[in-house]
Amino acid sequence: MWDLCTNALDTAKLRGAAYGDVRVMHLRQRDLTTKNGQVGTLSQSESIGLGIRVLANGAWGFASTDRLTREGVSACAAQAVSIAKASALAKRSEVAMASEKPFVDSWQSPFRKDPFEIPLETQLALLLAADAEMRRVKGVTLTETDMQFRKIDSWFASTIGSRIHQRKVISGCGIAATSFQKEEIQKRSYPNSFGGQHALQGYELVDSLDLLKNAPLVAEEAAALHSASQCPERIGTLILGSSQLGLQIHESIGHPIELDRVLGQEANFAGTSFLTLDQLNKLKYASSIVNVVADARLDHGQGLGTFAYDDEGVPAQCTDIIKDGQFRGYLSNRETAHLVGLDRSSGTMRTESWNRLPIIRMTNVSLLPGTWDYDDLIADTHDGILMETNRSWSIDDRRYQFQFSTEIGWEIKGGKKIRMLKNPSYSGITTEFWNSCDAICRLGHWTLWGTPNCGKGQPMQTMGTGHGASPARFRNVRIGTAFSNQ
Amino acid sequence: MKPRAKIRKSSAAVSAEAADLLRGRELRGIVDTVLRLAESTGAEETEVHVDEVADALTRFANNAIHQNVAEHGLTVSIRTVASGRTARATTNRIDEDSLRAAIEASLSLAHSQPKDPRLLPMPGKLRYRAVNRFIKPTAALSAENRAMAVRRACDLAVKNGQIAAGIYSNGQSQSALGNSRGLFAAYRETHSEFSITVQEGPAASWAKANSADVRAFDPQKLAARASEKAHLAVNARELAPGRYTVILEPAAVLDLVGFLFYDFAATALEDKRSCLNDRMGKQLFGQNITISDDVYHPLQQGAPFDGEGLPRQRVQLVDRGIPKNLVYSRAAAKAVHKQPTGHGFALPNEYGEAPMNLVFAGGDFSIDKMVASTERGLLVTRLWYIREVDPYEKVMTGMTRDGLFLVENGRVTAAVRNFRFNQSIIEMLKNVELLSPAVRATGEEAFEMVVPAMKVRDFHFSEVTKF
Repeated sequence: MWDLCTNALDTAKLRGAAYGDVRVMHLRQRDLTTKNGQVGTLSQSESIGLGIRVLANGAWGFASTDRLTREGVSACAAQAVSIAKASALAKRSEVAMASEKPFVDSWQSPFRKDPFEIPLETQLALLLAADAEMRRVKGVTLTETDMQFRKIDSWFASTIGSRIHQRKVISGCGIAATSFQKEEIQKRSYPNSFGGQHALQGYELVDSLDLLKNAPLVAEEAAALHSASQCPERIGTLILGSSQLGLQIHESIGHPIELDRVLGQEANFAGTSFLTLDQLNKLKYASSIVNVVADARLDHGQGLGTFAYDDEGVPAQCTDIIKDGQFRGYLSNRETAHLVGLDRSSGTMRTESWNRLPIIRMTNVSLLPGTWDYDDLIADTHDGILMETNRSWSIDDRRYQFQFSTEIGWEIKGGKKIRMLKNPSYSGITTEFWNSCDAICRLGHWTLWGTPNCGKGQPMQTMGTGHGASPARFRNVRIGTAFSNQ
Repeated sequence: MKPRAKIRKSSAAVSAEAADLLRGRELRGIVDTVLRLAESTGAEETEVHVDEVADALTRFANNAIHQNVAEHGLTVSIRTVASGRTARATTNRIDEDSLRAAIEASLSLAHSQPKDPRLLPMPGKLRYRAVNRFIKPTAALSAENRAMAVRRACDLAVKNGQIAAGIYSNGQSQSALGNSRGLFAAYRETHSEFSITVQEGPAASWAKANSADVRAFDPQKLAARASEKAHLAVNARELAPGRYTVILEPAAVLDLVGFLFYDFAATALEDKRSCLNDRMGKQLFGQNITISDDVYHPLQQGAPFDGEGLPRQRVQLVDRGIPKNLVYSRAAAKAVHKQPTGHGFALPNEYGEAPMNLVFAGGDFSIDKMVASTERGLLVTRLWYIREVDPYEKVMTGMTRDGLFLVENGRVTAAVRNFRFNQSIIEMLKNVELLSPAVRATGEEAFEMVVPAMKVRDFHFSEVTKF
C-alpha cells in the first residue's frame, strides 16, 4: 500500500502540487437483521480504493479511484492536480495550512473478540432468540433486531513525510419492538433507537448488552404505551436519559462547533452556526456545571469518534468545548485553525471512505459526568418528566431552535416515577436549554453512545460520532410541543 | 498480480474529466464471469449486480471554490441461493479470485441461516421498455466548465454584496443485473445538479435544479433567483406561531411528502408500520390529489427494473384523494396473491419495496397566481431537517429555511423569521386549495419527484427561531 501512496504523491508533486495527502482504505462490513422471526438482511461487503487530496495553484483538488495499479493511481493523482488547477479559476485567497509534524506510526483499536471471527450462526442465533422473546408479548406487531460490524484499514501518507496505518474494528447491535393498535404506532428500542449502540469495540460489545435479557421489557413497554397517558404540554422540569442527552449534545453542541459550518463552508447544505467567531471565550453556553470536551483519544473511551490520527495526519486530541459553562473551543482542521488563534489543528478531519474528501467532523463530543446519583436525582425532583430513547430529532440550520421526541416518558411526582407517558417531546433554544441544566449524574451512570448515521458534506458522507452522557436535569423546558394543537 | 476478468476497469483519462464508463459488453462480461465461476460452487442460483459510477462535484462557499472532487467506482454484488437460503456479498475487486471469494462468502452467509419460507426462485429472462437518460453533454462537462459557471455565480453575489455557496456536479452511472436463469438487464444515465445558497447579512435564499441533461437548467438563472430572493429576505420580522395558509414551492412540497411514500409498500402494511393500515380505499386526502409512480415519465430518472430485475410498472397510488394501490416486490405480492409491480429492493432485505418515481398530478395555478389569491399567508421556499413525530398520523416536524415571506392582500409584503412546523402530511393533503403544474423538483430530504407547488390552508407552525 505504501508504494501506491508514494506513487500517487510523486505524481502529484511532478504535476505541480505544493502539498498532497493520500489515503488507501480497505473497508469490510457485515450486516445482519431479523424481522418477525425471519432473517432480513444478511450481507457482507468489502471496498478498497485510494483518494488523493492536493493543493495546486493555491486551491484544492481531490480524486479517487478503485483502480489500484501504478497507472491507475498515477492517473488519479494527475486528475486531482488538474481539478485543483480548475478550482484556482474561482479562488479568492490562497489556502494556508497550520504546520504539523510528520508521523510514522501504526495503530489498532483495541478489541477482545474479532466480530468477523465469531460464527455467523452464533450471531444470528442471538438475534433470532431476542426476536422470539419480543414476539412472545401480546400486542407486539413487529419485531426487529440488527448487528453491524466493520473493519477499516487505512494507510495515510502525505508530502510532509507522514506514513500512518490505522485499523479500526467497530461493532453495533440493537433490538426494537413495535405495536400497532387503535390507530396508533408505538415503539421501544434497546439499548438505543435507530440500530442500538455502536462503538469502537469487538464482539464484546454485543456480549455486554445482553439483548436477550432486555427483550421482554422492550416488548412489554411498546405494548403498554398504548394505554399510557399522553405527555402533557407545559413549561416544566425535564430529565433526559443518557442516550437522548447524547443526541441532544450531538445536535446542539457538536454541530455548531464545527468550524467549517461557522465559516460558511457548509452553508448550502448542512447549514451554518450561531457560534460566530466573536462568541469564543465570551458566550455563556451553559450553566456552570456543564463541561463538554471533544476527545478522540482512547483515554476517553472506545467511541465512534476515537482514533490515533485524523485523516489529515494530526494526532488525536482532547479539546475543551464548554468549560464551567463558558464556550471555549471549536473543531478545527489544518486550514481553519489559525482563524481561531490556534497554531495547530484540533485533529477532526475525517472521511467516510477512500472516495470521499476528509472534512471537519465531530470526534467524541461528550458531556463530562457530574456528581449526582441517579436515584437521588429522581428523589430530588418534585414534579418533572423523564424522557428516554430518541424517536425524532430536528434543529434549525444555525442550531438555535430544536425539537426532540422520545419513545417513552415517565411522570415524576414527589421524587418518584409514578406513571408511564406516551408521545413525549420537548423543544427549546440551544443556549437557553443548556443554561437551564441544574444536575448531571456521576460517572457510574455515564455511557459513551455511538451515533453511526451523521450526514454531512456534498457528496454526502455518513460518519460515526461518539457522545458521552449521563442523565441530567433541565428546568423550565417547553414540553409536549410536538403534539400540541394536532 | 492475480488473474483479472477480461475487462478494463476504467479508461482513467489523465485529466480533470470524469473517467469513462465501461462499454456495455464489458459490463456484461463481469456478469457472465461471475455466473460462470458460480457454476463450480454449490450455488443453486446466482444473481449479479454490477454498478459503476464516475462523478465529479465542485463545491463553493464564501464566493470561491473550496472543495472539488471526482470519483470512479465499480462494485459487484453477488447473491447466491442454496437449499432455500439466500445472502449477498459485495466487492469492488474484479479479478477472478476476488469474484470467486465473493461468491463463496455469499454462499457461506446463506448456509449460516435457517431456511427462508418466502424465498422464490429467481425470475428468468424478461423484456424491458427502453429509456434514454444518457446525455453526452452532461457526461462531457469538465472541471473547468464547472469552475467557470461557479465563478460567474460568485461574481454576481459579489456584485450584489452577497455571499454564495453551493455545488455544481455532473456524472454518469450504469448498472447491469443478471442471474443464472438467463435474466439480464442494463441501464445507464447521466446526472447533473446545480444548487446555490445566497446570503445577505443574516438573510439567505436558495435555488436548485437537477437533471439528466445539464442543458435543462441555467446555473446563472438559478444564481440570479437565489440572489434576488436573498435580498427580499432581509429584515425578517417575527410572527406568532399558529395555523397559516401557506404557499409551498415545489421543493418544499417534495421534501415533506417524500416521507409518505415508504408507507405505500405492501411489506410496510404487512408489518403494520404504514399509515395506510386500515385506510386503503378511503377518502384520505382531498379530491385534487392524484399520485402515480412512473419511472417512464419524461421528467423522471432511474432504471426501468427493480432489485430483482423485474420491469417497473406504472402504478396509480392515489386517485382523487383515495389510496388505491400499493407497490409489491415478488415475495410481498405472492403473500397476498397479487402481481409484483417491479418496485422490490435487492434481496435479501426486510423492507420489501417502495415507489421511487413519484409523479403528482398538477393544476393550473402559477405561484404568482397563488400569491395573488391569498389574503394572508406565507410563501415557503424550502423546508429543512424534517423528521417523523407520529408514524400513523404522519405528523412531521421541521423548519422553514432560506426564504419565508409574508403574503398580504395578494402580494409579498415582508420577510419572516423561520418557523418550526408540526404538521400531519395526511391533513395537509386534505387542505390543498390550489396546485401549480407539476415540475421536476429537487430538495435535500427526499428523492427527486414530479410535484406541483401547493397552496395549503391551516398549516401548523408551532414555534419560531431567532432568524
